[in-house]
Amino acid sequence: MESIGVLMMCPMNSYLENELQKRFNLLRYWTSPEKSVFLETHRNSIRAVVGNAFVGADAQLINDLPKLEIVSSFSVGLDKIDLGICKDKGIRVTNTPDVLTEDVADLAIGLILALLRRLCECDRYVRSGKWKQGDFKLTTKFSGKSVGIIGLGRIGTAIAKRAEAFSCPINYYSRTVKPDVAYKYYPTVVDLAKNSDILVVACPLSDETRHIVNRQVMDALGPKSVLINIGRGPHVDEQELVKALTEGRLGGAALDVFEKEPHVPEELFGLENVVLLPHVGSGTVETRNAMADLVVGNLEAHFSGKSLLTPVV
Amino acid sequence: MEESSLLPPVVLVHRPPALDFIDEHLSRHSFTALYTHTSLEDSLQDFLSSHAASVRAVVSLGRLPIPAEFISNLPSLEIVVCASVGFDHVDLDECRRRGVVITNAGDAYGEDVADLAVGLLISVIRRIAAVDRYVRSGQWTRLWDYPLGFKLNRKKVGIVGLGSIGSLVAKRLEPFGCIISYNSRNPKPDVPYAYYSNILSLAADNDFLILCCSLTDETHHIVNREVMETLGKNGVIINIGRGGLIDEKEMVKCLVNGVIWGVGLDVFENEPEVPEELFGLENVVLSPHAAGMTAESLNNISEVAIANLKAFFADQPLMFTVQLD
Repeated sequence: MESIGVLMMCPMNSYLENELQKRFNLLRYWTSPEKSVFLETHRNSIRAVVGNAFVGADAQLINDLPKLEIVSSFSVGLDKIDLGICKDKGIRVTNTPDVLTEDVADLAIGLILALLRRLCECDRYVRSGKWKQGDFKLTTKFSGKSVGIIGLGRIGTAIAKRAEAFSCPINYYSRTVKPDVAYKYYPTVVDLAKNSDILVVACPLSDETRHIVNRQVMDALGPKSVLINIGRGPHVDEQELVKALTEGRLGGAALDVFEKEPHVPEELFGLENVVLLPHVGSGTVETRNAMADLVVGNLEAHFSGKSLLTPVV
Repeated sequence: MEESSLLPPVVLVHRPPALDFIDEHLSRHSFTALYTHTSLEDSLQDFLSSHAASVRAVVSLGRLPIPAEFISNLPSLEIVVCASVGFDHVDLDECRRRGVVITNAGDAYGEDVADLAVGLLISVIRRIAAVDRYVRSGQWTRLWDYPLGFKLNRKKVGIVGLGSIGSLVAKRLEPFGCIISYNSRNPKPDVPYAYYSNILSLAADNDFLILCCSLTDETHHIVNREVMETLGKNGVIINIGRGGLIDEKEMVKCLVNGVIWGVGLDVFENEPEVPEELFGLENVVLSPHAAGMTAESLNNISEVAIANLKAFFADQPLMFTVQLD
């Protein structure tokens, strides 16, 4: 399989790079200064693309690669892949579901605790020596607070299970009511926000869910409630979010994702009611290795004519 | 009973000046409160001698020490109501000698402490405080550039002290897929976690330790160098008990030299002093003894203290008395 060209879109994981290098002709898209020349040169040997949450395979790229057979994403999110064109052209698509569910859910709870209990602030307070001048102020209790989850898929469900151990009543919004689920369903995100102390975004990003957390939703949350985003940056109207936070209309926000990563609105840097993370939801050694194994496993299966491990298209 | 029992009962409140959350509760429930911190001109000794001859009850807040001298200046003292779970700041020998009863806050703020323990654990292994600093400093310019954290699922977590707080911590960690075991003076019946009779074997078999026990002569420095070496280079320790549970000097050396991976600490041996070597470490999250500091917890703590004061003055049974033997 060493002659099969696999185009990797950006640096994502050295273990993955090594494993792909061992098996295929790995082409690193980011190392070429002239991207169009690079594609011209290699277009007939590239049969697979490996993308991630930041760079995938859009219509332009797919059209430039006539021999493309499979896009294997180092992510569970598919918003950076033009699925429609892949379907039309019979190009297979795989992602990395399940292996990262726990880590993302763990981080969601970690973000809630860090935000409500001001853990980052507390850490700064001690490190700066301020504790010698006086105790830190009161923070907000997490146990027993109502948690509203947008999207009750694998990740949303895992978050709900964890929050239940903190005696949190769980509410959710999704396109349809889930039968056999003991949580309270709300038919709109605004209703969910009105009735939740903590709103968590855990749905996939699509045209329908872009800016699903808009000004109306933020107003419904209000100054005593908080927003947690472990989905995708475009789920939230970021400009409105910055205004809501700086004007004190929203109680707080903990964000692992942003509309234009790695750009983070600087107005947020000075706020003590925010937690800002650089898209580390699946960022553990164990999970990134498991994701890498899935990417490699899917490509190997495809090129040896076996069933794909985690196909989407 | 004496006629003085018809007057609002007098309570001596021993607290830091800034920690005033209980005052309003005391006045609302018709206690006459004397405050040791208002004795600015007199020394504490003089204050006690002139005001405190008939004081039967002391309310203790903020871990201000109550040593033998303090107790000996209160000849009528019968009860110390601690507005905290910890009571290691009270001279227990003197109380035992004088027959003074001690009550603590019981489970009044257990949930908040357990929440903080879990928050510290996730923050350490997922580097939350460190990456938040990284983003705020404007350093995030390349995607997925920050060192990875570690998975919590299927990790083995050893809880030192499975009391009310330890149990709340264990319950919270279960859905994260953690495998829970514990060390306690005695095994607890009907508990689904494996028991270890000593902390060394607990450390040998676990990835992370969470310290939830009280500080006594036996548990002082229960986490020593040997325990940390046994826990190992990927080990993490979370302490929401008392600073004295860990040999702090050794802990700093172990962190700096990579003998253990990281720590999350809400308590220190000599608060608010914190070893400065910790400030330069990324795998460390520090909290200023804030585990019980939410409005709900302070309210619960006050309610428990008031309930015990009322019960005491009415000769009714008390809650959460501490065993001194």
